[in-house]
Amino acid sequence: MLSGALIVVLSFAYVGMLFAIAYYGDKRADAGRSIIANPYIYTLSLAVYCTSWTFYGSVGRAATSGIGFLPIYLGPTLMAALWWYVLLKMIRISKANRITSIADFIASRYGKSHVLGGLVTIIAVLGIVPYIALQLKAISVSFSTMLQYPNAVASTASLPFLQDNTFYIAMLLAAFTILFGTRHLDATERHEGLVAAIAFESIVKLVAFIAVGVFVTYGMFDGFGDVFAKAAAVPELNALLIQGGAAGNYTTWASLTVLSMLAIILLPRQFQVAVVENVNERHLNKAIWLFPLYLFAINIFVLPIALGGLMHFPAGSVDADTFVLTLPMSEQKTWLALLAFVGGLSAATGMVIVETIALSTMVCNDLVMPILLRWKFLRLTESRDLSGLLLGIRRSAIVVVLVLGYGYFYLAGEAYALVSIGLISFTAVAQFAPAMIGGLFWKGGTRLGALCGLSAGFLVWLYSLLLPSFAKSGWLPITFLTEGIMGFDLLKPQQLFGLDGLDDISHCLFWSMIVNVGCYVGFSLWRQPTAAEHSQANLFVDVFRHVAPGSGSRFWRGSATVADLQTLLSRFIGPERANEAFAAYARSQGIPGIEQVTANAVLVHYVESQIAGAIGSASARDMVASVVVEEPLALDEVMAIIDEASQALAYSRQLEQKSRELEAATNELRGANQRLQELDRLKDDFISTVTHELRTPLTSIRAFSEILSDNPQLESEQRSKFLGIITRESERLTRLINQVLDLAKLESGAADWHPSEVDMREVLDDAVAALSQIYKERHITLDTRVPEYLPLVMADRDRITQVMLNLLSNAANFCDKENSRVSVALIAEFAVLRVEITDNGIGISAADQTVIFEKFRQVSDMSSGKPRGSGLGLAISREIIQHFGGRLWVESTPGTGAKFSFTLPLPRNNANFLAA
Amino acid sequence: MIGPTLKGQRLVALFLLGCLLFNFPLLALFAGNARIWGIPLIYFYIFAAWIAIIALMALIIERKDR
Repeated sequence: MLSGALIVVLSFAYVGMLFAIAYYGDKRADAGRSIIANPYIYTLSLAVYCTSWTFYGSVGRAATSGIGFLPIYLGPTLMAALWWYVLLKMIRISKANRITSIADFIASRYGKSHVLGGLVTIIAVLGIVPYIALQLKAISVSFSTMLQYPNAVASTASLPFLQDNTFYIAMLLAAFTILFGTRHLDATERHEGLVAAIAFESIVKLVAFIAVGVFVTYGMFDGFGDVFAKAAAVPELNALLIQGGAAGNYTTWASLTVLSMLAIILLPRQFQVAVVENVNERHLNKAIWLFPLYLFAINIFVLPIALGGLMHFPAGSVDADTFVLTLPMSEQKTWLALLAFVGGLSAATGMVIVETIALSTMVCNDLVMPILLRWKFLRLTESRDLSGLLLGIRRSAIVVVLVLGYGYFYLAGEAYALVSIGLISFTAVAQFAPAMIGGLFWKGGTRLGALCGLSAGFLVWLYSLLLPSFAKSGWLPITFLTEGIMGFDLLKPQQLFGLDGLDDISHCLFWSMIVNVGCYVGFSLWRQPTAAEHSQANLFVDVFRHVAPGSGSRFWRGSATVADLQTLLSRFIGPERANEAFAAYARSQGIPGIEQVTANAVLVHYVESQIAGAIGSASARDMVASVVVEEPLALDEVMAIIDEASQALAYSRQLEQKSRELEAATNELRGANQRLQELDRLKDDFISTVTHELRTPLTSIRAFSEILSDNPQLESEQRSKFLGIITRESERLTRLINQVLDLAKLESGAADWHPSEVDMREVLDDAVAALSQIYKERHITLDTRVPEYLPLVMADRDRITQVMLNLLSNAANFCDKENSRVSVALIAEFAVLRVEITDNGIGISAADQTVIFEKFRQVSDMSSGKPRGSGLGLAISREIIQHFGGRLWVESTPGTGAKFSFTLPLPRNNANFLAA
Repeated sequence: MIGPTLKGQRLVALFLLGCLLFNFPLLALFAGNARIWGIPLIYFYIFAAWIAIIALMALIIERKDR
């Protein structure tokens, strides 16, 4: 027997410590040095899943059904493996859309629907408030156990509530939740201090439970083997071990596993800690295996404690639910019992705090605000500052939820309806699964489908699980269970349509899921989704593709003023925070100040999501719509936007292709430009060369003419010599001018051509005859190699002769001085006639071999010093040959001479042209 | 996603394995009267499979893929 005062002081001191931790957590968060921003605190906060139902109830369940308590923890373990896909997506969506509760999530997913949000809230409140009552009952029972042991425990619920410690604990928790859960309205609705306190509670309950477990297993017994060996000796207990109790019924096992899998993501408190309070989605990584590890740790000693209690106490003398407390007490381990008591208190208070804040957010944002805003006579939509009202509603909701919970506990007491509420609650929140999980992965789900599925599943749950629990508590006539409603046998709530042989939870889960999923899918496919549903579906399902913040604004078109939006925001979160939010927006957009912010779709979406944090997405949309002149998007427009998005990838690929082509074109252009510049330079060179070439003969003509005119008495021999020079220079000048004109004509295509059948042998003979004098003077041997039969070619005879002369005189000019030799060969090939003119001069270097065909380009570094000729000969020759479809080129090895070759095409049927 | 989707697929595979291990009919195989170190087989099996799955999760999450 412990002193009552000690226990009361201890429990209030413990709650006081939570205040201190939460206060410290909030202070640190305000200072920007969060203590909860790590995966370990995140995991511990997730462990709010383990309530007093785990702490006390698991042992009680194990005492009657062996391993039957385990599916409740195996399910979340399995689900944790899917968090990578499911929970991560929920976190990402909620952060992008400032979603703060599961009701808001579902409402937002299906086109921001008030009705859906309200329905989810009602289901959650109905399903969860009794669960809160159960926690208060656990606190109450643990109080009386501590106080009255070893006497049989009398329920404190029979006390007037003002004398009931549980009532004060509940009120203290309400104060705590109000203080740390509604300090201010914040768009993210994150509460760092509260999370810190919850994480601390998770440590306390784990340590306390393991301490008791170790004490029972190793203190009272001699390890696991000993516990089980002694239990096996008792026939009733042995049955628990082998048969596995409920494990014998695999259907129950499987449905409990499924139920707890859904509960771990759908319970409002789990959504609160896992999604809303998530600081960084990377923390999820570690939590995936740390959280199951926590569950594993807290379950290891459940069976030893249960068996130990069953063996230690005479059958039926002590409630198995209290073994965690009574076993240490029976062994006089007072401090251990107190630790266990605090552990149980922490399990219960943690759940109550988080669940209350989650429910109050839902009630405020998805139930009360939509209704208040709709009541025109309240003129709320015109009120200047709603943040105070909002906080008031939140705080009232917290008090109301806790008072409801306490009231239910006070009234229900030992009733079946309270004892079995844990799984009934799980089944209620499981009704969110189709709308929630379907909404995450299936774009086709619509508001109508979600509404019908939820309602139908909820009604089945109400009829086949909640009402029967009332009947079993004696609040409804028991005939409701045994005979069904109005005597219809098929409608017996726990054997619906004659389905027998399932336990009540599996039975309800089966029927409710059948109608829930059926209606959800069926009514979703009933008609086309609306534009709003379609756009929200895309934002949710494709959340990993819409990574940029404010992406929701893609589906919006309209106009608003910045001042209107700022006023609107300050009405809901207060002017100061509104200013901060606008400043943050300006920073994120790279705008220097709030004054420069312009009203566009991104800003409107930002404001809407900020307000959504305070009053829920559906109401936020209405509020923003009141200041924004919005042009609704038709479905086909939304479809078009989505199509655009899916085409974006294709476009970007095309764009890449285009830019590659552009790059290639740029390179070509650059090349062309270089050639143009080169040509320009060549033209300048050409002009300066031409003038230079013209000036040289002109200078000598002028000089000799002046000598002749100044010296009339010059000797006749001298005079005729000078006149000869003048004549030669004039001829050279004429030749040069002719060549320039000739080349200009050729290049511009204005030259006259007189094509005829030409016999190249005659051309060669003419050329050789014309140059024979020069060859003879210079003692150059000329070899000609001409075949007997040679096809005629189609060409201008004079022009071809010009080419031949040019090449032969070049050869004469450049061949070796000592042993001069030039050879000419005419060769008929398959399609062309080739002419080769070879000299044995100094040759042409590889670099010069192309240059020499350009105008006025001569190989200047020759042994003879000054170049000869105009430098136009080869250029003209090449023009002529190319005109007739042939080719002119040179092959040379410096030092051994050069070989100039040109070809002329033969007519296709050259037999006709064969010369005799 | 936070990282390579290979991790996600491994986790899904692990989920399926877990569903198999913690369900009928595999569970029925261990519902006998046998003991391991004095611990009933079914109890031992479930906890061993449980911790194994947690270990695999940890391995998948913490393993650094190159």
